[in-house]
Amino acid sequence: MGNKSSLMLQEEEVAAILDETGFSAAQIVRLYSRFTSLDKGDNGVLCREDFLRIPELAINPLGDRIVHAFFQESQDDTVNFRQFMRVLARFRPLSKVKDNKLNSKHEKLKFAFRMYDLDEDNKINRSELLAVLHMMVGTNISEEQLGSIADRTITEADTDGDSMISFEEFCKAVDRLDVDQKMSIRFLN
Amino acid sequence: MQLAAAVFLIVCIIVLPNSGISAVHGDEETNVVLQNVAETNFTVGNTSTSGSQHTSLHLSKMQWDYVQEPFIITGFVIVAAILKIGFHHTEHLSTVVPESCLLIILGVIVGGILFASGAAKIFPSFQSRTFFLFLLPPIMLESAFSLHDRVFADNFGTVLVYAVLGTLINTFTVGPTLYGLSLIGWLGDLEISFLVCLVFSALIAAVDPVAVLAIFQELGVNNVLYFLVFGESLLNDAVTVVVYNMMVSFVEMEHISGTQILLGVASFFVVSLGGVVIGLVLGITTAIITKYTENTRVVEPLVVFSMAYFSYLFAELWHFSGIISIITCGLIQAQYVEANISFKSHTTIKYFGKMLSGTCEAVIFMFLGLNIVHDQHDWHTGFIVWSLILCFVFRFIVVFVLTFFANSIERQRKITLEEMFIMGYGGLRGAVCFSLAAMLHPSLEHRNMLNTTTITVILSTVFIQGISVKPLVRFLRIRLKSEKVLSIVEELNDTVLDHVMAGVEEITGQRGSYFIREFLGYYDHKYLRKWLQREPQNKNAHLMAIYDKIALKQHFAHLSGSKAAAEFEIIGSMAVSMNSVDQEVELEILAELGQVEPPSFQNDAAR
Repeated sequence: MGNKSSLMLQEEEVAAILDETGFSAAQIVRLYSRFTSLDKGDNGVLCREDFLRIPELAINPLGDRIVHAFFQESQDDTVNFRQFMRVLARFRPLSKVKDNKLNSKHEKLKFAFRMYDLDEDNKINRSELLAVLHMMVGTNISEEQLGSIADRTITEADTDGDSMISFEEFCKAVDRLDVDQKMSIRFLN
Repeated sequence: MQLAAAVFLIVCIIVLPNSGISAVHGDEETNVVLQNVAETNFTVGNTSTSGSQHTSLHLSKMQWDYVQEPFIITGFVIVAAILKIGFHHTEHLSTVVPESCLLIILGVIVGGILFASGAAKIFPSFQSRTFFLFLLPPIMLESAFSLHDRVFADNFGTVLVYAVLGTLINTFTVGPTLYGLSLIGWLGDLEISFLVCLVFSALIAAVDPVAVLAIFQELGVNNVLYFLVFGESLLNDAVTVVVYNMMVSFVEMEHISGTQILLGVASFFVVSLGGVVIGLVLGITTAIITKYTENTRVVEPLVVFSMAYFSYLFAELWHFSGIISIITCGLIQAQYVEANISFKSHTTIKYFGKMLSGTCEAVIFMFLGLNIVHDQHDWHTGFIVWSLILCFVFRFIVVFVLTFFANSIERQRKITLEEMFIMGYGGLRGAVCFSLAAMLHPSLEHRNMLNTTTITVILSTVFIQGISVKPLVRFLRIRLKSEKVLSIVEELNDTVLDHVMAGVEEITGQRGSYFIREFLGYYDHKYLRKWLQREPQNKNAHLMAIYDKIALKQHFAHLSGSKAAAEFEIIGSMAVSMNSVDQEVELEILAELGQVEPPSFQNDAAR
């Protein structure tokens, strides 16, 4: 943490983020230093290249989509620290004591849903599903087989018969998976 | 009824050949002491004395010494099999009392009969060597295959904490406490040295894998709890081996310097890492060998079993942990070899492995019962009672403390209080302790007392805790193993979420378990699978496997109704755990369901 970071992160901003996201002050400071280390352009915001520069994200098949999810809220193509924290707030472990707007099972599932639903129409159609399957399964599988898997997936989840998976159907389908536990990171202080 | 028949059978096997022979005072070390039998001729219709010439041919002649060892072993195995069948037919009894207890009881009964009739020395005595070299490895290999499971991998860190830290703490609390008790006179007038106490606690502290396996498998508790207890019992071998050997050597040494202790600590790392390395190397070798076995499928099960056994022996050769070696080898084999071998080989390995391990387990418990009955016991009430109490209490304390730390520092899926209780309660001792105690040198002070105490502790844990743990599980409402429902949506999402979490971990700079998974998975797919597998498995073979299972199930339901589909779950699901289901396999499955002619043997020879 150099001089720059402590200058740019005001007390009020920390307090505001704390209120909004539920992170502790120490966690916020730590994540701020990570933010600045990613910010190669040194202008207080992150652009897509900053994210994609992270080496291990390159081997992640969903890397692009995860990065895209961070840019969901911003108008221009950049992410400031506040927005960064807002997205990360979804991954805090659920606390039975304090309820948080950003950190709920609903929000976590919405994030997961966005991994599939690229056009943001709140429904996963067959081609979106196929795209995800392609990324998951790799290149040895024939189009036909992937198509059958996609069809099968839709049949399993689709309850209202529109051949697309809506957010409610999605939530119901993954109900048994214990998403709150899975989509939680213990943030270090 | 069946039990009585079985007992009668085994008694006949043993006692008959020995009637008329005086009790033999053989050396404890030799396996079967029947030296004198060779000199007596047991002929039909001839009363010649030893050494005299035969004057006529004999229609039959008893050649006991010729067949004695394989005869007894096979007799034992047959009895074990009959007993296993018998127990499961006695409906009420088998649900209340675990199989292991019944086998021990039977062993005790037979041992009692032998002892009373004076024929005890004839029977093979429990050789620690037999146990460690022949009876234990099949069970360990079978366990290794079952450890190839995502839940175990997720909980590996916690398991290690229990196995290493937990066992160490147990050892160094029970021993010194016993010593302290003896000093303040609570153990009567027993005089025992500090090191001997430590030797004892080294061998009694470790939870036994065979006993735990026997009990916990029948319990049906949820995966996490099962793998925690079972994993701990398997991996604590390294600690036990090192500490036991250290203490035994220290007893003999005049002066224990700091360097010796440091060497002991270093040897722990050597023993465990050495085991891992040997297992790794031999597992990888198996994968490479099986890469070239397309035309010699018959060799495949042979290679898998013998390489695994070899890794055990090789590790034991260098005094490393054989158990850790065979587990590592088994895990590597389960990961890479499965894709290289044929469906038939896979079935063979699966069932032959089960058969071997089931047999060995039964034999171990029977042997345990048999060898309890002898006249060299040294019963010291105080020592025994205090050992029982301390083992029990300290185990609970250690489990609770370690779990508390694991829960608060690392785990997302917290371990509940009830689960902690069952973990503490399920800390059974068994044949491993017994063998280590039997290996104690006769010149060690209080050797017989230690043996007796070990046996008592084992019997108490297996009987009292083994029987009562089932009602406790129900009473505490422990989460049980859930029904496995095939769902492609769940599987797909599980995979997607794995990647998402790995990505988020990366972005936050906090590399946790998801990142490790992603990292290892990437390099596994990129390099290892290409080198070690003939047709490298897909990136998400598991996803494809689930889909194949679902599709086939529908297929068979369509062909022959839902009953066949249900049967398919059992038979055919094995097939899809391999790379893909080909025509050969489908024909076999249909044959099993009685739909078509089974593929003929001639075709197989060509494969």
